[in-house]
Amino acid sequence: MSKLNEYHPSRLHGIWALTKRELKKWLKEPIILFMAIIQPVLWMGLFGKAMNLGGMFSGSNFGNINIPNISLPGYAVIPQYTSGNVTIPGNVLSQMFQPMFANLGPSVMQNIFGVTDYFGYMSVGMISFIVMFTTMFSGMSIVWDRRLGFLNKVLSTPVSRGAIIFSKVLNAALRAMFQATIILILAVIFGLQVSSTFSVLNILGVYAAIFLLCVGLSSVFLALALRSTKQETQMAIVNLINLPLMFASNTFFPISMMPEWIQAIAHVNPISYLTDALRQLTVLPLDTSMLMLDFTYLSIFAVVVSLIGIALSWRYLTK
Amino acid sequence: MSELTEEIIKAEGLTKVFNKSLTAVDHVNFGVKNGEVFGFLGPNGAGKTTTINMLITVLKPTEGKASVLGFDIAKQDNNVRNVIGVVPQEYTADEDLTGLENILLCADLYGIPRDVAKKRAMELLKLVELTDFKDKKVETYSGGMRRRLELACGLINRPKVLFLDEPTLGLDVQTRAATWDYIRKLKKEYGMTLFMTTHYLEEADALCDRVAIIDHGRIVVIGTPEELKHSLGGDIVTISIKENADVSDLIRTVEHVKEVKNDDGSYRVKAEYGEVTAPFIIEALRSKGYTVTRLSMTEPTLNEVYLEYTGKSMRDTEESREAFRAQRMTMRRARAR
Repeated sequence: MSKLNEYHPSRLHGIWALTKRELKKWLKEPIILFMAIIQPVLWMGLFGKAMNLGGMFSGSNFGNINIPNISLPGYAVIPQYTSGNVTIPGNVLSQMFQPMFANLGPSVMQNIFGVTDYFGYMSVGMISFIVMFTTMFSGMSIVWDRRLGFLNKVLSTPVSRGAIIFSKVLNAALRAMFQATIILILAVIFGLQVSSTFSVLNILGVYAAIFLLCVGLSSVFLALALRSTKQETQMAIVNLINLPLMFASNTFFPISMMPEWIQAIAHVNPISYLTDALRQLTVLPLDTSMLMLDFTYLSIFAVVVSLIGIALSWRYLTK
Repeated sequence: MSELTEEIIKAEGLTKVFNKSLTAVDHVNFGVKNGEVFGFLGPNGAGKTTTINMLITVLKPTEGKASVLGFDIAKQDNNVRNVIGVVPQEYTADEDLTGLENILLCADLYGIPRDVAKKRAMELLKLVELTDFKDKKVETYSGGMRRRLELACGLINRPKVLFLDEPTLGLDVQTRAATWDYIRKLKKEYGMTLFMTTHYLEEADALCDRVAIIDHGRIVVIGTPEELKHSLGGDIVTISIKENADVSDLIRTVEHVKEVKNDDGSYRVKAEYGEVTAPFIIEALRSKGYTVTRLSMTEPTLNEVYLEYTGKSMRDTEESREAFRAQRMTMRRARAR
């Protein structure tokens, strides 16, 4: 008398088993984590610190500027005088403007970037950077799973197809969140100033925003990875789109400063919304309506894009 | 499942067409009986792996149907997955994880609770003699050890049917023979039905109760290895004579001789009961004054069967690049240590 196997994996059980496998593999190769972290750290250290935009506009930089004497027709100064010139010596001018220039730098920074220090602006952008990279590359492991036969093997077990897809997405999100935490801590060590509205609760918001972007982006890249027979194809695609996607967003510079056609891209680019949400929650004084807009956009992105991605993967896995 | 079906696996008109043009499996019919080892024998690219992938519910058939333990592979795929075990062609175990971790991962995929899984894992590790290596990373394993680990993983859910895809691909001759012993042992221990594919004739001969020879997606013949060999019409007797004359017709008059071919003075004689017939052939030749200089006899192997039914010897055929690469990779990894 043949009897059916008495155990059945629940959906969650399957997702957890597969996610655990990925995480175990990840933890056993700390070098991969290190390599993933090192790049944004280099950007942060070299670009963020060297590109001292705040310093560029500081008062001391203006102090060295040689201001010439200015001669004005007398009537321009005192209307009664109808002839002769009045000369104001340059050093007097420079002394007069010095305090104004000293405030000019920070206020220019404040108006354009929202913070007085460029490092604070771009280091939060680096969180988006690592989230995007991690997510795009995470789908790659399924190329190996397929080539090494692991995928077929899992497909022959009672684990649901959905669990296979979702474990990959979840894995990408967990990795990204972990790496984002490290970057955030490093940024604080390097001198990131959090805003006065920052609280521990904001950290949860940071994770939520990262999670939303990861779910959307990794679903698409998973579907892509399932179809590309070679890892190289996937690599090429990721490398082709990641830098443009990053520069056409507010990761490094404010969107308002960009030419219109880049602005058009930046306004639909989910990276912009993630970065803004992260900034709202950390370095900027919190603007609730902006944050709501960011989260709404990220949620819609996550739902729509992951549905497309999952549908494509599903079709591939059940062909 | 209320009663035991005589045919554990049943395929009717099973067909798989890739990209609407490449027919990998072409209306295949067969049945696998309870408790037997059934082998699919054929060259690379003949459709063996595609067939197995359909039976283990990884691929959906384009046409036709098949059932495993009475469950339809397309409509009741989850039931099928629950009662089968799969040992894939590739090494699927994770190199970064230990042997035990790999088996426990498989157990998780079947939803087996941790305590039960641990007990079964230890039992299986003992069976395939990997207990001493259970906490070593799989990357330190040899090809034979990896194969055994795959076997253990495939058995974690106590399957009623075990599917083995090219179970000894890339292994050296000794390891291959050892792996056969493990497979026989598993079958005896668990009383399972085994479905396997192979392109090694010796393997089919050594392990299978019944063999289906498959070529270009079609089954050309099914039978026990003995039946298939016998169907060739017996043994091959090769005879040479000193004289320069054609004696084909003379040999044909001897009883039990079925076919004679003159191969440049050497005669290839197909005869039933070769050992009994050969003396009569010599007798007949002598009585006409010919001198026999050489005589040799071979019992037919599956190789001859294969030759007979497919018209060619086992060949390397062109196949999909990915399948080829996967196979190369398995071989490389098998030989890595």
